[in-house]
Amino acid sequence: MFLITCPYCGTRDQSEFSNAGEAHVARPANGEELTDEQWADFVFLRNNPKGLFAERWVHTAGCRRFFNMLRNTATDEILAVYEIGAKPPKVTTVEPATPSGEAPIGSGNDAVKVMRPEEPK
Amino acid sequence: MTAQPNRRASGGLIDRSKVVRFRFDGRDFSGHPGDTLASALLANDEHMVARGFKYHRPRGIFGAGSEDPTALVQIGSDAARTDPNTRVTEQEIYDGLEALAQNVWPSLKFDVGAVNDLFSAFLPAGFYYKTFMGPLGNWMAFEPFIRKAAGLGKAPGAPDPDRYESINRHCDVLVAGGGPAGLMAALTAAKAGARVILAEETAALGGRLLSVDPDKVNLGDMAPTAWVESIAAELAGMDNVTVLTRTAAFGYYAQNFVGLWERVSDHLAPNDQPANLPRQRVWRVRAREVVLATGAVERPLVFHENDRPGIMLAGAARTFTHRYGVLPGKRVLVFANNDSAWEAAFDLQSSGARVAGIVDLRRDIDGGLLSTAAEHGISIHPGAAIVGTSGAQRVSGATVRRMSDSGGVEGPVTAIECDLLAVSGGWMPNIALFSQSRGKLVYDEDLSAFRPGQSWQKERSAGSAAATFDLDGCLKEGARAGADAASKAGIPAKAERPPKVEGAERPQGTPRVIPEIPSGRPRHKVRAWIDLQDDVTTKDLKLAVNEGYDSIEHAKRYTTSGMGTDQGKVANMNAFALVADALKKPIWQVGTTTYRQPWKPVTFAAMAGQHVGDHFHPRRVTPMHDWHKSNGAVFEPVGDWLRARAYQRPGESFEAAVRRESLAARESVAALDASTLGKIDIRGKDARTFLNRVYTNAWSKLAPGKARYGLMLGEDGMVMDDGVTACLADDHFHMTTTTGGAARVLTHLEDYIQTEWTDLEVYMTTVTEEWAVASLSGPDSWRVVAELCDGIDPDPEKFEFMSHTTATIDGVPVRVFRISFTGALAYEINIAADYGAWLWDKVMEAGQPYGIQPYGTEAMHLLRAEKGFVIVGQETDGTVTPADLRMDWIVSKAKGDFIGKRSLSRSDTVRTDRKQLVGLLTEDPTLMLEEGAHVIATATEPAEKPVPMLGHVTSSYDSPTIGRSIAMAMVESGGARMGERLWVSRKGGTPIPVKVTETDFLKMREDGDV
Repeated sequence: MFLITCPYCGTRDQSEFSNAGEAHVARPANGEELTDEQWADFVFLRNNPKGLFAERWVHTAGCRRFFNMLRNTATDEILAVYEIGAKPPKVTTVEPATPSGEAPIGSGNDAVKVMRPEEPK
Repeated sequence: MTAQPNRRASGGLIDRSKVVRFRFDGRDFSGHPGDTLASALLANDEHMVARGFKYHRPRGIFGAGSEDPTALVQIGSDAARTDPNTRVTEQEIYDGLEALAQNVWPSLKFDVGAVNDLFSAFLPAGFYYKTFMGPLGNWMAFEPFIRKAAGLGKAPGAPDPDRYESINRHCDVLVAGGGPAGLMAALTAAKAGARVILAEETAALGGRLLSVDPDKVNLGDMAPTAWVESIAAELAGMDNVTVLTRTAAFGYYAQNFVGLWERVSDHLAPNDQPANLPRQRVWRVRAREVVLATGAVERPLVFHENDRPGIMLAGAARTFTHRYGVLPGKRVLVFANNDSAWEAAFDLQSSGARVAGIVDLRRDIDGGLLSTAAEHGISIHPGAAIVGTSGAQRVSGATVRRMSDSGGVEGPVTAIECDLLAVSGGWMPNIALFSQSRGKLVYDEDLSAFRPGQSWQKERSAGSAAATFDLDGCLKEGARAGADAASKAGIPAKAERPPKVEGAERPQGTPRVIPEIPSGRPRHKVRAWIDLQDDVTTKDLKLAVNEGYDSIEHAKRYTTSGMGTDQGKVANMNAFALVADALKKPIWQVGTTTYRQPWKPVTFAAMAGQHVGDHFHPRRVTPMHDWHKSNGAVFEPVGDWLRARAYQRPGESFEAAVRRESLAARESVAALDASTLGKIDIRGKDARTFLNRVYTNAWSKLAPGKARYGLMLGEDGMVMDDGVTACLADDHFHMTTTTGGAARVLTHLEDYIQTEWTDLEVYMTTVTEEWAVASLSGPDSWRVVAELCDGIDPDPEKFEFMSHTTATIDGVPVRVFRISFTGALAYEINIAADYGAWLWDKVMEAGQPYGIQPYGTEAMHLLRAEKGFVIVGQETDGTVTPADLRMDWIVSKAKGDFIGKRSLSRSDTVRTDRKQLVGLLTEDPTLMLEEGAHVIATATEPAEKPVPMLGHVTSSYDSPTIGRSIAMAMVESGGARMGERLWVSRKGGTPIPVKVTETDFLKMREDGDV
């Protein structure tokens, strides 16, 4: 259960929020001019990366406002929240590094549960 | 009633002045307050308490707390309250407690299932999978036998009558574990002023301080228990501290969210449980910082025949001796690979047992230990192994041989009699919560176990959880951890000075771990248990590796090692070591299985907390609800709402009620409570533009006082909602949505306003609950409205269809809409919700001369189907476009862009063979089609499966107005099939012939087509 900081209300439990999918996907104003493939790309296809991801959340049980979040989907680290229309802030996070695409720590997956002897403790 | 022969004369957290009587396996026993079921049974010399999962071999008490794998019983025989798989080491006794042996028949001591043990060779690792993969008949033949034979306790058969609750709490520092490290951490953080929660799994604070000999160890010149009490008293005196005993931290989740499970009154007799307290609680704690002082778990030794009752972890034997005042054996053999077990031996000897010997896998033993053993007169067997044990329902002896240089055993076999075999394979930091928190483990070669490596969340481990095993070190590290946690939580803290420790024993040293201790027996005759709960032996795990399961996660699942209710708390490390050994890989490379929440089984009831029965989900009811209830309404849930489905008169069938109601709505007048429809108030100078973009039809010319039906699409072009929207003013609209779709639609609209069309000035407010709505249908409805309302002439000639106006009833303002979902003349009266019940009474009173009747949602569904109106979610399923509904007329070609517009010209949505909505009339008018039934093209189902399907029936009713059955269906190219003969398949009968028609059955009847 995440602790999410709504830019308008402050920090609240995840149960008050709903995820609203990938952020920064603008609705094409010229839909009629797009090919089926281009339009389908907007309607149906979203990125789902392992690692840093900009996504939208809505404070459903609060102010009902949408906002953006930067989250590391491999580690569930919430790195930033920012208003709709704003540019994503610069953040640093642990990137997927292991052969399986796991972040080197924090993912809880097999690849990173146990330290290798050479890793700094 | 026995006299507790193994009870020590003094010592322990036991109140000997009171006697507690309980029953186990049909026999009466006594114990004392402070006893667990385990300690009380051991006091009565009862070691065997269960049978194995698979082979039904006798099982005893192996641990002393939550780590115990096998001593599981069923508590209580009451069908509602019986509690399966309860560890006797955790269940405290109370007067009248009844415990039953599990998975045995006819009795614990004589169990027919024990025959499985003879067939153990036929129950190898992966038995289930192999049987699945074999001939089908095998599984069919084995399955009933296995289902009966394998298993644990029985689930309760009746609803749980007890009360449970969950509590949300925030704190600065959460300390998991109330042993020496945890106490110092909590004290330090608390004294600095931090809000502290201290959670201790057992009934008392103190941890392993309760398991040491109080005559030998002192903390600040106090006996261990006295010191613990002094700290407990200090903590209890501080307002910023919550100390929870009988409370296990069971789950470490994201962002320091930790679940605690408190067993509030499980230790009390049902009659003594305070009525104001729940039985159990789940604390949902959000901690700024966490201290993990979860202690260590002792590791079993893996040797031939290591599963008999009376074989017990050495540390557990000490806990029973000192904490519970019970000597678990009179003649004790100790089998060890580390120093701590020697201390246990000395301890048991001083406490009155006779130690028959110490067998140690190590050849070089510390001189100090050797001389102490000599002082106690204990015979020692260094560099030796136990190669077998004896005893049917209790261990009676063991055989010992010298270890050879080549890793086997050699020399003569020494037989030693014993009634308790205390084993110790060293101590493993309890890293479950740490690993759940996604920290990384490190394999410690000296320890031969994992310990916390790199933290990920805001936590630190302290004490033996962090592989600090000496008492002084635990206290210091706890204090430091408490100071660090408080400081990082923003409350500067200095580590409290720990008490001076005197007489503390030596830590375990470096254990000598042998994955499978040699017995000198042929390989296939070795039965050395790794997992006592799941009956997994070394043979099973080695077989799994041989068969290619070289991932530890796969080997676990193939053998079930580390599964079950204990999740391998004591077994896992031995399994990892054995698999690593078989694979010839270092253990860190083999890794661990995943430590998942919960640390131990938490009841579903505690998880559900208050959210059961009526509190499971909020139920919304309309202002008229009470009237419905007292007038025979049968309710159905619609979204979160309870709606009246029909109003049954005494002796009337449901079907008859629906017919009566629907006829009233057609022929005289009937009233529907339509308050649940979603209502959104839309304002702003761009409101009209917005409506143009969210509905498929045009809204530019809708004048104030008028209303219009609209279809709302998703961006994929599929119908997502529909409803009537009224224009109140140029910049003010009243939108209605489906009952279930209200919240979804509002979020959908807000999404576009907030994130896409931020240039539009539009404000939306949900007003669903502000208005109560009575919908009147039937030719007399206008007369009722005329009698009720002032300031309006509802004459249908004058008050146009799809218009609305304001009026008053006895001076109370109302909005009246002339809109219809039944196809009959209809009016909707909207009133402030507070007046809803009053309005309903008024409507019933005014309608009485016309025979007004209430009608429910079932009649409403029937009425709209007669008119061919769709219900979003019944005719549609998220894959249906307006054209599929043959409602092209509602899609504006002239206006600009709207949500979903582009998708309506996608290659897929313009296909001509898409399913389309049509009416279906059965050739036999008395036959009713089944909703969901498949529409097919042939009179008989072709032999080849699957049968090609043209579509499915979406709605089907017996219509009294049309005088026959009617149905709607989504059928491939339906619009082009008018008049065609098709068939609808049915279960257990030949397909039903039907005719494809339009959907407006009322019009068809007027035209004489039906």
